Amino acid sequence: MAVAQTLAQKLIAAACGKPYVEVGEIVTCAVDLAMFHDSSGPRRLQPMLEQLGAPLWDKSKVVLVIDHYVPEADDESRRIVRIARDWADAQQLPHVYDSVGICHVVLPQHGHLRPGMFCVGGDSHSPTGGAFGAYMFGIGSTEMLGVAVSGQIWVKVPQTLRMQWHNRLAAGVTAKDMMLHMIGRFGMNGGRYQAVEFCGDAVTALPMQERMTLSNMSAELGAQAGLVAPDAVTLDYLRSVGVHDEIDVAHWQSDADAAAQTHEFDAAVLEPQVAAPHSPANTHDVSAFEDVAVQVAYIGACTGAKLADLRAAASVLRGRRVADGVQLVVAPASVRDRDQAASEGVLDVLEAAGAQFLATSCGACAGYGSQIPEGSTVISSTARNFKGRMGAQTAQVYLGSPYTVAASALRGRIADPREVLA
Amino acid sequence: MTERNVAHASTAGASGTPGTHRVWRVGADIDTDALAPGAYMKFGIDEIARHCLENQRPDFAPNVQPGDVLVAGPNFGIGSSREQAAAALVRLGVRAVIAPAFSGLYFRNAFNVGLLLLTCAEAETLEEGETIAIEPHAGRIVRAGGTALACEPLPSFLLDMVEAGGLLNLLKQRYPTSNGVNPC
Repeated sequence: MAVAQTLAQKLIAAACGKPYVEVGEIVTCAVDLAMFHDSSGPRRLQPMLEQLGAPLWDKSKVVLVIDHYVPEADDESRRIVRIARDWADAQQLPHVYDSVGICHVVLPQHGHLRPGMFCVGGDSHSPTGGAFGAYMFGIGSTEMLGVAVSGQIWVKVPQTLRMQWHNRLAAGVTAKDMMLHMIGRFGMNGGRYQAVEFCGDAVTALPMQERMTLSNMSAELGAQAGLVAPDAVTLDYLRSVGVHDEIDVAHWQSDADAAAQTHEFDAAVLEPQVAAPHSPANTHDVSAFEDVAVQVAYIGACTGAKLADLRAAASVLRGRRVADGVQLVVAPASVRDRDQAASEGVLDVLEAAGAQFLATSCGACAGYGSQIPEGSTVISSTARNFKGRMGAQTAQVYLGSPYTVAASALRGRIADPREVLA
Repeated sequence: MTERNVAHASTAGASGTPGTHRVWRVGADIDTDALAPGAYMKFGIDEIARHCLENQRPDFAPNVQPGDVLVAGPNFGIGSSREQAAAALVRLGVRAVIAPAFSGLYFRNAFNVGLLLLTCAEAETLEEGETIAIEPHAGRIVRAGGTALACEPLPSFLLDMVEAGGLLNLLKQRYPTSNGVNPC
């Protein structure tokens, strides 16, 4: 009889060629896909590959996304992006996405992720791929070098932390609020680098992009991976991006009796959540912050500017204008999301509300630009509010859902979006 | 590059006599933006290292000496995958970081760039400015008075990686045609 395993164990067992893996066991896995970007990728990998004199193990399994230093703001950025483009040309990489969006959003939109895969990314938000039932985690550039030349990487088989969300979220409450709540409860290292699996009625009710937000912010929970077991919603998404492989959805599920640590939550009573400076773990209900005036409302990043996020913001801002003295900045997460939002009239709504648009790249989230003024108070749909993270050392950054960011832009202070939506 | 050479030389030794490594203390939840600020990420490691911990301990980067150790509270290294957050400490000559808990991603990166991390439940009993010996293979820290603090055991392949100065050096051994080992 087969031993009961979690989804994480099944994914790792498949990648290391064993029928079963024990929690705590260190195994070497074959990598199905390695993704990196202009900051973590070529500029770091190329010199090391040259030193080794070793070729890439399999170009067809490598994806390069140029998203961090574009559009190029200065000479250093131009140099970094040029290295990435030249290297991609020299290597004749088959999968290169240049200035079309943020890696974690671009990857699934171009059909690179499927349930059952074992993937690494040169970026800490790589657990986003877990929303598709793939085991995906972030690694640094030197470790990526090891993968690039060998196609292999070690993992310590994680325990699974099941985050079981019962019932349904209320209108105006999102996956982002779920994540801020869990990070507030468990802390930024509460995931202990184990695998988190999100499940329950509230999770299965979420569309793919909302599931991606759960998996994305598993990084802030300190988990190695953040998984959602695949289902019909996953398959519909995959078909929509041209993936027609046969997928054994029934296999890529945690067995009912597999050992895991379960935490239960009631989605129906969750209020919009806000994380105060300077940690995503500094989270409380939005009502705790309603006297905080804001000067910048930022909707951006892989965490908070996908199509679902842009739609959420527009539903709050439709027919309204942001408060005097508030700058609303929107950096859509990908060109595909931006174009779809444009065709639905979502961008018109945001523009009429006073939004200014930035490029579809990481932008201010990574502090690589200088869009956030010193001394300002910011409400942001991004994932991190570490001191200085967004580029301004003296900025006070609060984190919330796109609904909450939009409502706060309207009111000029942190606001509960349900008051606007009511 | 003198500092880096010294750091690697000291890394090669598996232990030290009491009084070898001077302690620098920082608090809990030191994130990767504190260690490698985003604004300097477009520059090389020398520039990033100059700004390492500049908000938490502006005296650290200018004054830390090769062989010193950084002792932190829980959750050291949370945040980004940027390995410069570990490489900056290697560049500054830091011999090891000692904390009760590390970010898992930072933990991998540190060993990959040749930085020793010691997970020690009692790390915060160590005091600013005291000197200690570290014994990574034995999994312990020895204070000047002879008191020993236990560290979580490390798999031997990670200790080997640190002693080699990181994964790149190990890969150079594995790929014999690589430049530097067998220039061609």
